[in-house]
Amino acid sequence: MTGGASVPLWAALPVALLVLLGAALGLTGSIGLLRLRGFYERLHAPTLATTLGIGSILLASMLFFSVAQTRPVVHEVLITVFVVITTPVTLMLLARAALHRDRTEGSPGVPPPLAPAPDGDAGI
Amino acid sequence: MSAVVLGWSLLAAQLMLALAMGCATLRVLLGPRAQDRVLALDTLYVNAAMLLLVFGIRTGTTHYFEAALLITLLGFVATAALSKFLMRGEVIE
Amino acid sequence: MRRLLSYPLLALCFLLLWLLLQQSVSPGAILLGAVLAAAGSGMLAVLMLPKGRLGRLRLVPGLLRDVLVEIVRSNNAVARIILQPREPGARRSGFVHIPLDMRNPYGLSALACILTATPGTVWVDYDARGGTMLMHVLDMVDEETWVRTIKQKWERPLMEIFE
Repeated sequence: MTGGASVPLWAALPVALLVLLGAALGLTGSIGLLRLRGFYERLHAPTLATTLGIGSILLASMLFFSVAQTRPVVHEVLITVFVVITTPVTLMLLARAALHRDRTEGSPGVPPPLAPAPDGDAGI
Repeated sequence: MSAVVLGWSLLAAQLMLALAMGCATLRVLLGPRAQDRVLALDTLYVNAAMLLLVFGIRTGTTHYFEAALLITLLGFVATAALSKFLMRGEVIE
Repeated sequence: MRRLLSYPLLALCFLLLWLLLQQSVSPGAILLGAVLAAAGSGMLAVLMLPKGRLGRLRLVPGLLRDVLVEIVRSNNAVARIILQPREPGARRSGFVHIPLDMRNPYGLSALACILTATPGTVWVDYDARGGTMLMHVLDMVDEETWVRTIKQKWERPLMEIFE
């Protein structure tokens, strides 16, 4: 609880706004997880949290610690890099897994395989 | 003044993120299918990382950063492994 | 040595990540980071990744800016869709097939990452023989529009960068 006092107001305001924006986006994404119908629609909901949501909180954290410690604190970039790299991979893997399961079960509303024979990934 | 602004907004952010984790947990419990649960688990990980970062700002220590980094990494590995299992498990059945 | 440094760009990225994690640029940290980066990129040489060739690098900053703008815009759009009251039949989501001219694997994976990272679109599948990509769209207004947008907005700059 000691952090807030050591930062001037010009830094505290953007930090507060960025944190609120990030948290609101995270909450919106999770609400979407509950409200949207069907798995493929829900697949879009967490991207709110993983792009702009965590991005603005990381920006707020960078700003806060850089001002509070009077030196550039940029190791939050690491989390940004990891999230940017890993989120598309997990979502694509999940989408492919769900599509595969739906196809083998013959669920309606699922497009048929693009190629007649199973082939490899496009280097992804 | 800045302590008041930060204190209230960080508290609000923590509440929102806790609510977000609650929503994700509800989806894990509701399902209805395995891929829904895995997706919700992934969202839960991201929300937890965000909550830890907000905790870090609130307490003014950078120790929470390492925890958030670990959670994002573990979340990725867990989700990748689970989706691979969803794909392979079907073949064996 | 040649095998160790077969991916100089990747090794440099590893070194930068290490320095960020250590939060220092002391000689010791740089030395240890260089050793780790060489070892890490050398290990990746075992995978025998296909050699990529970069074309017009000066397009990269503009593309990154476009991606950022698009992420902000679609965050707003998807948040609106989630929070608006539910009206049956007003919005329809679905799969879109998109024929692609790009064949470079790195360009394709970059396109996949861009599409999946923007809320509202998820790359699902790709057929290497026909060059068709399958993606899922949350708010499908018109299939034709999506095909045109993706080909013009993302595929063309990526093809110029990677081919």
